[in-house]
Amino acid sequence: MPDSPAIHHEAAENAHAEHPAYLRHHFESTDQQADAAGFAMWLFLVTEVMFFGGLFTAYLIYRNWYYPAFVAGSHQLNVFWGTLNTVVLISSSFTMAMGVWCAETRRRRGLVLCLIFTFILGLGFLGIKTIEYREKIEKHHVPGFHYSLQSFTNPASDPEIFNEYHDKPLAPDMAVHTELYFSLYFLMTGMHALHMIIGIGILGFMIFRARAGDYTNGHVTFVENFGLYWHFVDVIWIYLFALLYLISRHGT
Amino acid sequence: MSDTIVSLPDQSTARIPKMNYLTKENGILSWLLTGDHKRIAILYLISLSFFFFIGGSLAGLIRLELLTPQADLMATDTYNKVFTMHGVIMIFFFLVPSVPATLGNFLIPMMIGAKDLALPKINLLSWYLYVIGGILAIYTMAAGGVDTGWTFTTPLSTHYVNTNVLTTGLAVFIAGFSSIFTGLNFIVTIHKMRCPGMTWFRLPLFVWAHYAASILMVLATPVVAITIVLVALERTMGIGVFDPTKGGDPILFQHLFWFYSHPAVYIMILPGMGVISETISTFSRKRVFGYTAVAFSSVAIAVFGFFVWAHHMFIMGISNYAVLVFSLLTMMVAVPSAIKIFNWTFTLYKGSITFETPMLYTFGFMGLFTIGGLTGVFLGASGTDIHLTETYFIVAHFHFVMVGGMLMAFLAGIHFWWPKITGRMYPEKISQLAAVVTFIGFNFTFFPQFILGILGMPRRYAAYPPEFQILNVFSTAGATILGVGYLLPVLYLTWSLKYGAIAGNNPWQATGLEWQTQSPPLTENFAQMPIMDHEAYDYEWLENQERKEKEVASAG
Amino acid sequence: MSEQNGTSEHQEHAHHIVGPLVYVVILIALLIGTALTVWASFIDLGFWNPIIALAIATTKATLVVLFFMHVWYSSKLTKLTVGAGIFMFLTLVSLTLMDYISRAWGSW
Repeated sequence: MPDSPAIHHEAAENAHAEHPAYLRHHFESTDQQADAAGFAMWLFLVTEVMFFGGLFTAYLIYRNWYYPAFVAGSHQLNVFWGTLNTVVLISSSFTMAMGVWCAETRRRRGLVLCLIFTFILGLGFLGIKTIEYREKIEKHHVPGFHYSLQSFTNPASDPEIFNEYHDKPLAPDMAVHTELYFSLYFLMTGMHALHMIIGIGILGFMIFRARAGDYTNGHVTFVENFGLYWHFVDVIWIYLFALLYLISRHGT
Repeated sequence: MSDTIVSLPDQSTARIPKMNYLTKENGILSWLLTGDHKRIAILYLISLSFFFFIGGSLAGLIRLELLTPQADLMATDTYNKVFTMHGVIMIFFFLVPSVPATLGNFLIPMMIGAKDLALPKINLLSWYLYVIGGILAIYTMAAGGVDTGWTFTTPLSTHYVNTNVLTTGLAVFIAGFSSIFTGLNFIVTIHKMRCPGMTWFRLPLFVWAHYAASILMVLATPVVAITIVLVALERTMGIGVFDPTKGGDPILFQHLFWFYSHPAVYIMILPGMGVISETISTFSRKRVFGYTAVAFSSVAIAVFGFFVWAHHMFIMGISNYAVLVFSLLTMMVAVPSAIKIFNWTFTLYKGSITFETPMLYTFGFMGLFTIGGLTGVFLGASGTDIHLTETYFIVAHFHFVMVGGMLMAFLAGIHFWWPKITGRMYPEKISQLAAVVTFIGFNFTFFPQFILGILGMPRRYAAYPPEFQILNVFSTAGATILGVGYLLPVLYLTWSLKYGAIAGNNPWQATGLEWQTQSPPLTENFAQMPIMDHEAYDYEWLENQERKEKEVASAG
Repeated sequence: MSEQNGTSEHQEHAHHIVGPLVYVVILIALLIGTALTVWASFIDLGFWNPIIALAIATTKATLVVLFFMHVWYSSKLTKLTVGAGIFMFLTLVSLTLMDYISRAWGSW
């Protein structure tokens, strides 16, 4: 008897009573396993909050320092695309939440449908982002790649934006700080898009598994926890939309 | 010193249990693909020791250079690289993972009565990330090193050096994720996998300390990750976020960097404090004084540790108001650490103290951490910090807390749990000698550095004014002694694997669930799920159990 | 077995399945919030614009966290974890900003 009699031992009679295939040996019950997995996912999301936190801090500081440049930079963003993206992502969160419900209520076809919709909406978001990024590239607003101050030192040269905002020209030494705005814009939306791409990849994998019924047999943990990740990415976008697109539409 | 609490089984009949976690499976793949937290702990121990000796060799080179006032052993550029790599390797590849990844991994499931950590595959991933980061760090050294100092301060690291900032940053980034996953695993395990009866306040204080450190790992490390990304982008694409010529602020880098790096020092020390709670109780045969206070002060150190980071930046250009606020907050963070020292000291009072090797290291910790911590108060006061910062006073301060404190605690823990991990005892006399040699060597090495700092010798300088030479020579002499002190355990611990005495379940007659099972343990830790029915450090309960065992043995 | 981990998790998510009705209501609320925040951004309200935008964003985020991510129905531990993450983020932002706001140099 390797253990000393000093410790009590629980009777082993219910050790193998209910033992689904997916129950790992170091857990006592599927509840404990699901609980632990969900908690682990939340902790991971907290690390993601802190990861993005550094970028938000930088943005807030520099917006405070170079307000006119950040206003001018923000005017270059298209609120229509941004709003559409927000609607797309919120809808994908809805379809993802519905997917979790389908998994919990063992609706295999419903789950597959919801995951496919989420996938398509996710791709839609990235498609719109591509349109926006391409616009930036065409206008030479990508830092480090023939960045042009034209639109800011001479706003009239950019009629589309000028007709909407009638910005005053920026002095050159303030205009250079628009490059910082766009650095942060690409960093924050790029980091967000990277998380979307990873999410869409996992969604693709999940659609195949869902079709095989892997998530509608009581073991919903994977879908549930992926849902948490997807909603988190949505929450980040909600703040990015407000900070990058909306708060600087009316400058001084 | 003739008293000892060591109680070994009869050596003529004792055997290492045939079935244990080491013998369960054989072959290299059973180790490289293991999910067993104990095997992963051993993997970490081996890789950590490797990095410790690289970092230590770099320290040896530093001390050799500083024997003479001129920069004559190596070019100043090379010296910069040596102290940078020493810092990077010692901090990220030794101190941060040391106790948590070895002792924490091995013991936490056993201490709470679980079969493994909550996420064994993530645990293995943590080790692989650590190894990959470490290989990158070694590659960096081979590729010519990096010379910015481990703090990578901008704009030096982003604009003015042409050394391997990116690869070092990547190595640290990857090692950071290793740390995050370890902390995440611990938090989930401690919350969700305690055995029946194991309430929060029956947990060993070792577990509380790791819980607090894990909170820091999870919340703080991601910020240094994004900081490294920003430095990399600044360096490669010139985004301007830290570049004054583009309107960026180099101080922002420091804010983001120290937001992690200050909690990092608590990540490093808290697990060591957890070890001390265990050893001081065992070798005084007394429960830790003020268990609740020690438990809560661990968490308090973690929480307050988040609010003080800019005390590393007092002279860097932050506002006077910020200096004031952060100095005040720093005074607060010293309090929980002091509470722990008081409580450990009161644990000793009226205890039955014996002086086995873990206890010698523990006494070393108590004295040296106290000195290091008190000098931290001098540094937290912004008035004195202005004169002492960037001098050898800082170097001495952090070596006292990290080497005199943390490394001693690590060695205390390795010796204390060595019988549990391997089933064998280390040789007592030579290990006590090594502990004393280490203590003497440490003081000779680092105490003169306090004086050097007050006299004004700057840190990170290969050349210094001749009047500082005598103290530097003392310091290097001490470092040689310290090196011997660190080499000895490697030798005799390896020796003990084959020739050490068989330890039995509980050679220290310690409380704690890990001591109630065989040494080395089974892969699943316990033959059956234990039930916790007594308080932590309950020596009366232990005596009752031993009495019952004797009765059963004599009756049967 | 309920003392497994020392705490009893009564409002465990696995036992409370959030239905489609809740999700539809929240979706509509989020879409209304989006419309509201975009409409408000067209009106020049001076310094109120950022405040309103962030207030609406926080409301939307709260709805997503509470109902799509089930935190409303989750254990105290989950709520504490979310709170800790938000608190730490706010600490990073506010203490760093405290330095910048109180500097005599560097701002335009």
